[in-house]
Amino acid sequence: MAIFSNTASNIANRLYRGVRLIRRVEEELARIYPSDRIKSPVHLSIGQESVAVGVCDALLPEDFVSATYRSHAAYIARGGNLRAMFAELFGKAAGNAGGKAGSMHLIDMAHHVLGASAVVGTTIPVALGYALAIRRRGEARVVVAFFGDGATEEGVFHECLNFAALKRLPVLFVCENNQFAIHQPLEKRWATDRLCERVETYGIPAARIADGNTDTIRAKTQEVIGRMRTGAGPAFMECLTYRWREHVGPGEDYDAGYRDRVALEAWQARDEMVRLGEQLNEAVRARVDAEIETRIADAVDFAESSPFPASEELYTNVYAD
Amino acid sequence: MSTQTDPGRVLTYVDALREAQAQEMARDDNVFVFGLDVDDHRAIQGSTRGLLEAFGPDRVFTTPLSEDAMTGVAIGAAMAGMRPIHVHIRMDFLMLCMNQLVNMAAKSHYMYGGQVSVPMVVRCMIGKSWGQGAQHSQGLYSMLMHVPGLKVVAPSNAYDVKGCLATAVRDNNPVIFVEHRLLYSTEACVPEESYTVPFGQARTVRQGDAVTIVGVSNMLVECLRAAELLVEAGIEAEVIDPVSLVPLDIETITASAGRTGRLLVVDNAWTNCGASAEIVAGVVERASRPVMARRMGYAPVTCPTTPVLEEAFYPNPVTIAMKANEMVRPDMAAWQPDPEHARLAHQTQFRGPF
Ligand SMILES: Cc1ncc(C[n+]2csc(CCOP(=O)(O)OP(=O)(O)O)c2C)c(N)n1
Repeated sequence: MAIFSNTASNIANRLYRGVRLIRRVEEELARIYPSDRIKSPVHLSIGQESVAVGVCDALLPEDFVSATYRSHAAYIARGGNLRAMFAELFGKAAGNAGGKAGSMHLIDMAHHVLGASAVVGTTIPVALGYALAIRRRGEARVVVAFFGDGATEEGVFHECLNFAALKRLPVLFVCENNQFAIHQPLEKRWATDRLCERVETYGIPAARIADGNTDTIRAKTQEVIGRMRTGAGPAFMECLTYRWREHVGPGEDYDAGYRDRVALEAWQARDEMVRLGEQLNEAVRARVDAEIETRIADAVDFAESSPFPASEELYTNVYAD
Repeated sequence: MSTQTDPGRVLTYVDALREAQAQEMARDDNVFVFGLDVDDHRAIQGSTRGLLEAFGPDRVFTTPLSEDAMTGVAIGAAMAGMRPIHVHIRMDFLMLCMNQLVNMAAKSHYMYGGQVSVPMVVRCMIGKSWGQGAQHSQGLYSMLMHVPGLKVVAPSNAYDVKGCLATAVRDNNPVIFVEHRLLYSTEACVPEESYTVPFGQARTVRQGDAVTIVGVSNMLVECLRAAELLVEAGIEAEVIDPVSLVPLDIETITASAGRTGRLLVVDNAWTNCGASAEIVAGVVERASRPVMARRMGYAPVTCPTTPVLEEAFYPNPVTIAMKANEMVRPDMAAWQPDPEHARLAHQTQFRGPF
């Protein structure tokens, strides 16, 4: 779904807005973080924005996305409510879950953001369950399950591939391969990096997009989802990307020794925010940038000035009525 | 805190833990340490730091994110004569291992008619919330206490963590080794030489006559702070650390509760079907005279991230002291410790690590 669908005139404009908004929101979170007003761990997607934006731009409003604890990008790309997001991170009652869930469990049911889990791999089968319900009801909607390279090591991932293929579920598996699980590189975790081949043996078409290009990701998503809406069953995309900041928290950690600045610089040299921005004329881009700053400032103000939940809230929502 | 210590050397909990692992690895070639992130620069909050350098990558290695399979691997290696220490940076991830732990590790010695044993240690940390939220703040050990064949320990101080780790490694059964991250920086006197702390022997860490307070894991620390506050009200509390939950030294607790007539069990977990339920039931079944019993633990809800609610989720020295006072003087008006005193008794603000 387009982020500013009412004003976005063309694809380049929409994609730039998406990447830019995510980047700036997360930079703002990183700025605020040391003040201790955000009482929740944050896993930033700075550098990885193009995956969420490219995929989500190809979706229709009625489609679903599920994500992991590193979910801000998918949430924003899907049009999740920015005020509610900041309020949730500030622990305020106006947050998506009344301040009780925090950054790792960001949801927006109104925008079909099915939320996120801190336990790796756990949201993938839940996404399948939504897809199963869609099939049962004969709807043309699809579900996108975002997860990291680490999640593909969990047994549940393989169990899900098999089941989705078996039942021809309308699920797009999107592996955001940033090549690290916390500080462990792929070489210490994968016997081979032929992930797409592994997936294909389940009878699921798999594509690898290595350069983080938003347009390529968007085009590929459109193609496979178009087939999926007519009953073609699941598809898989491995999108290579890079996490610019530390695993959790606002800082950088290139001095920790587990990865090299050279890799970062290679990814920064083809920063999608810059590339997409260059496709817009300067006046338009300036207008977009200003709009984004206004929206972020509004969301931060909103979060700051809203109240904390009342103490009775501790006991609500444990059981459904 | 501990009586059997060499006053010569003070060590943090995390360093004691690391030292115990190193000593056990040096003692026995069959001991190896593995798990997600055991060899990265953070090294499980530092608890596995230096082991890779000392013992090499065959004996200290990270794994894929495959907790269920890796638990089975530990079980098989243990059956084959090794002594694995499988590490999880959060206890919540044990939920992915539950099938292997409950259906395989706990049962194998029995199902094989005693012909194999499963001498493995499963290290796991409980997180205190600080916005960690629903899935990173749980004390889930009672689920494992339920199952015969598993041992469960939850040391509360640096001395015990070193001795218990040695005991756990040498034990011929699967041992669930529960660590609380808030304990990692706490210090105690810890001898340099290797020693063991026996399972099934509770530790009376403070003597008193008015009420018996049992604290599990880091709640032991909160109970000691509460006991200090209670002195203000003229109440001397006896404080007991069970140290090991399976086997549980119910006799020591029963004897104390029999003397004081009052038992307050404070757990770092929910109360229902929990360790506190087991301790209270064990005492009630054995006591020769009526004992007034109360339990405290997490609020019976999922842990919230927002600080205003999170504060109410955990027992703290003030709420523990108030509860104990209420038990000792049920007819008196509610008492609250002096706020300044309570502030000093409270731990300093936990601001991470993330
Ligand atoms: C089941 C489980 N095991 C371990 C962890 C600890 N952990 C948290 S994030 C993470 C890395 C996951 O990497 P990846 O799936 O590639 O996602 P990324 O963080 O790179 O987006 C790990 C191992 C966890 N949260 N859940």
